[in-house]
Amino acid sequence: MTHEHTAKAFDVDLQELNKSVAEMGGLAEKALADSVDALVRLDHGLAAQVIAVDKTIDALQRDIEERAVLTIARRQPMAIDLREVIAAFRIASDLERVGDLAKNIARRVPELNGEFRPQKLFRGVEHMAALVLAQLKLVLDSYAARDLGKALAVWKGDKEVDAMCTSLFRELLTYMMEDPRNITFCIHLMFCAKNIERMGDHATNLAETVYYVIEGRPIAEERPKGDTTKLAVGG
Amino acid sequence: MDGVTVQDSAAIPTREAGAVMSDPVSHDQKAAIDGPRRAEVRELSFFYGDKQALQRVSIPIADHKVTALIGPSGCGKTTLLRCFNRMHDLYPGNRYEGAIRLYPEDVNIVSRDIDPMFVRLRIGMVFQKPNPFPKSVFDNVASGLWVRGVRQKSIVSERVEWALQRAALWDEVKDRLHESAYGLSGGQQQRLCIARALAPDPEMLLLDEPTSALDPIATARIEELVMELAPMVTIVIVTHNMQQAARVSDYTAFMYLGEIIEFGPTTTMFTAPSNPRTQDYITGRFG
Repeated sequence: MTHEHTAKAFDVDLQELNKSVAEMGGLAEKALADSVDALVRLDHGLAAQVIAVDKTIDALQRDIEERAVLTIARRQPMAIDLREVIAAFRIASDLERVGDLAKNIARRVPELNGEFRPQKLFRGVEHMAALVLAQLKLVLDSYAARDLGKALAVWKGDKEVDAMCTSLFRELLTYMMEDPRNITFCIHLMFCAKNIERMGDHATNLAETVYYVIEGRPIAEERPKGDTTKLAVGG
Repeated sequence: MDGVTVQDSAAIPTREAGAVMSDPVSHDQKAAIDGPRRAEVRELSFFYGDKQALQRVSIPIADHKVTALIGPSGCGKTTLLRCFNRMHDLYPGNRYEGAIRLYPEDVNIVSRDIDPMFVRLRIGMVFQKPNPFPKSVFDNVASGLWVRGVRQKSIVSERVEWALQRAALWDEVKDRLHESAYGLSGGQQQRLCIARALAPDPEMLLLDEPTSALDPIATARIEELVMELAPMVTIVIVTHNMQQAARVSDYTAFMYLGEIIEFGPTTTMFTAPSNPRTQDYITGRFG
């Protein structure tokens, strides 16, 4: 933002929106990290926490949307202000989805309680989650600092997450073919991996939104894609 | 005022058939607009006596489009608008430098060689506050025709109805054409002024904050009208209402201290202006 508005209350409205978005971002990041921790360490308590926090994330989204609508109605924002408000809307919706996906992982924790828990597969999921978490952190930083370079780095980085997801899928397939008793576990883990990959997609959405806020236009290029899980599953 | 101050009795000038100037001629604003231009302000400076109010202003005016002039009070937007129909000539000591070329003839309408009457016959104006004459609705609209020497009753009636239709006022006043214009509501009076300006079929219509004295419904009607009229007449509108400029115009020029700071398609100007001063102004951060 450049100078202050003549109407100071408008500045306060925008600052509050930014603050809520940052708060929501923090919660979404934590939900992702905790859900994967719970999954790997089979921590039911932590999983329950992730499920509970999702309600807070949802409430924040509703609150941001409501305040964004009020800001539009009261101030009729233009140019950078308009983009800020639209961005708050979009970011809140992406972060809400991240919260949902983390909750979905947390819900699968009790299902992965069996004897068959190959650590190699968990390492893969953990690795992927670490990458997505770093992406999410970076993009939230880029939003807070209005840093175009960081946003673009996230946007370009999603390919790697997609590639990891594809390789994990292949691995899971081999385990399933090896012994049908592994199928339940593998399917659950496959969904977890897919959820993490989707969170990566949301981080990419966020990067596009940050780009839009700063540049005033959408990214013109096509999104880099590395996800070939459809092919992997399709054989 | 619009053409009603004109004293001569020339017949209504007809619009030139054929295309207006289509090749971009401006040096600064090349490719700034798509399509043909009806007029072009080139390096225009204007002086109220010793005080320079416009500093070498250059913008194209797209044909059959709406161009909005925005900027803080005292930035020169109304001064620029008034140059278009030589309003400043009514006061002594005022001086123009540079040009406003009107197409297709490519004449400089602020040149001393051009009769201001010629300009006002072709470029109508509507003001901030509705200013109907203390006459009937019919006579208000007919005035511009009479001073242009149109006397034949059937033609005048036909033109009055046509102009009132175009100004979206006909249905509301057709049964009270001979009642005083002062009996109309503020919004109706403003549309009457638009009808009066439209009656001689001008090529350009200048609107100087036409809705600032109107309520939201009357404002919406005028805005609707501006958009309906644009395909028929080139419109230049001065407004303090950013949302109005964003809603009705195709192109926007942001002015400050007598200069054009930024000119471009309205959609870009209000979502992602390129000049920080434009951004500060339209987002309410000015000063």
